[in-house]
Amino acid sequence: MTSSSSPSLMRADRSAALLLRRRMMDRLATALSWLAMIVVVCMLGSILWSLLSNGVGGLSLHLFTRSMAPPGQDGGLANAIVGSILQTGLAILLGAPAGLLTGIYLAEYGRTSPLAQAVRFVSDMLLSAPSILVGLFIYMVLVATLGHFSGLAGAVALAILAMPIVVRTTEDMLRLVPVAMREAAIALGAPKWRVILFICLRAARGGVMTGILLAVARVAGETAPLLFTSLGNSEWSLDMGRPMASLPVAIYQYAGSAYQDWMQQAWTGALLVTVGVLIINIVVRVGTRGGRT
Amino acid sequence: MDVSARQTLPATQEGPLVARNRTGDPAFRILASATGIGVLVIMGAIIAVMARGGWRAFATFGPGFLISDVWNPVTQHFGAAAPVFGTLVSTALALLLAVPLAFGTAFWLTALAPPAAASAIGMAVQLLAAVPSIIFGMWGFFVIVPLVAHYVQPTARHLFGHVPGLSALVAGAPFGTGLLTAAFILAVMITPSITAVMRDVFASMPTVLRESGFGLGATRWEVMRNVVLPWSRQGMVGAVVLGMGRAMGETMAVTFVIGDSNHIGWSLFAPANTIASLIALEFPESPAGSLKLASLLALGAILMAISFITLWFSRWLLARGDKAGRSA
Repeated sequence: MTSSSSPSLMRADRSAALLLRRRMMDRLATALSWLAMIVVVCMLGSILWSLLSNGVGGLSLHLFTRSMAPPGQDGGLANAIVGSILQTGLAILLGAPAGLLTGIYLAEYGRTSPLAQAVRFVSDMLLSAPSILVGLFIYMVLVATLGHFSGLAGAVALAILAMPIVVRTTEDMLRLVPVAMREAAIALGAPKWRVILFICLRAARGGVMTGILLAVARVAGETAPLLFTSLGNSEWSLDMGRPMASLPVAIYQYAGSAYQDWMQQAWTGALLVTVGVLIINIVVRVGTRGGRT
Repeated sequence: MDVSARQTLPATQEGPLVARNRTGDPAFRILASATGIGVLVIMGAIIAVMARGGWRAFATFGPGFLISDVWNPVTQHFGAAAPVFGTLVSTALALLLAVPLAFGTAFWLTALAPPAAASAIGMAVQLLAAVPSIIFGMWGFFVIVPLVAHYVQPTARHLFGHVPGLSALVAGAPFGTGLLTAAFILAVMITPSITAVMRDVFASMPTVLRESGFGLGATRWEVMRNVVLPWSRQGMVGAVVLGMGRAMGETMAVTFVIGDSNHIGWSLFAPANTIASLIALEFPESPAGSLKLASLLALGAILMAISFITLWFSRWLLARGDKAGRSA
């Protein structure tokens, strides 16, 4: 057979086969890639669906007005919600200014100096450090030494996690501020600190706010660093010096229990946390996209 | 107004203004620098606390702490081998699942997707990355664990239970919790972040290179395989290592589904522990000053060492990838 066909025909055959193989390969890769995308979207869908289907049923006024209670006593999550807000708020109050100042140092003063490189590197390490280690650290520093768990310790642990996020976005955003703007301000006789605070930071405020909001979204759902610091508390308490409840820790405690009503509340709490975190993320992403165009 | 008046007018105001600048500028500079140095201090303190706290465990058990798989609070014998093994195996399995998924999704986002769909799906991926880890843990515990217990493990045992060499992998009672379940949850958690970094790496490639590939008649996959991949290999490895770092340190998602058992075994379905899950589970029963707490801190030090080396490596790779991109 092969001896009878001419060389050019053979070549044409081979190139047709090659083309077919290349096309098949492309189809296969395309199909697998679609599959991967669909799997990822299904995971998100499955998580959201399980939260909605299990969590919505537990939404009630009691949830927001009553404190946590033993199983069967129709408790709510009010103290955990307030505890989460207080600890997250204090964490941002501590972490955001520190992050802002560090970001300013990196972008405006340190730049490429060895010290600034070290700070940048360590801040990035903190950004992805296992959060349970931060909890362990604060336990040793603030809980073991003072002798009691406290909402303050929880807030400090969260602040350590929030700060690197603010550092990163602040530095990135300050670097985007045009040099001409700084030069104009300096030419008017403004001192450097005023240029940074009132010109650069104001020009970059959208991006900086984004960083702070992302930090809120990140720490609001953190559980591991709170387990050993604010511990959780089933009673209503606004005292930052005492153990304090938080939604994630309450979810952890309730989800692992064997009681139907606790599990229901765990789902509802999880729904609240996730909806809150996702809304912040959506607002941030839609907001920044609108700002850029 | 004559010329001399013009010159003297600002001069009278210059005094206090300059003085304010002289104090304001250095003060602000020192404040900003001090906060920056504070970051270094925090990191130093974390390392010091872990090392000092963990020192007792190393002093008591010697180097045997690293290779002993005993974790017995009754006899006060603690070893790191089982949780270290669980951490490494669950992370490796998670990467095995997550990397193809992330690569496929990033390929889809950068090369296949219609623009509108790309931005919507890109957003969904970002949102998945933002979901708190405890939610992944709950989802795993209530949704995935029953699936594994009722379908995945029985099927796996039916298929591989009598195959020599593979039967050990599927041994054990069908609890649904265990290494494979933990790895799966971890994979779902880290896939979005790996995808996001990979997409950025792919997108950072000059369009002209991609277009030259298409100009030569290459298919989309061939452009990916022969143009984009070689160009972004380093960044991709950086993305994967970044995901690896997150998987190793993850606590809540794993704690729910790993099953809490300090045994080293080859079964994918056997309960196990990771360093982070062991710390979370055992800490409440570890009073301050106890040898158990020292052992947990030593485990924390090990986890910190592993994850910082990993993160440092990923940053190094990503930075090199960036530099290569700029010079190209």
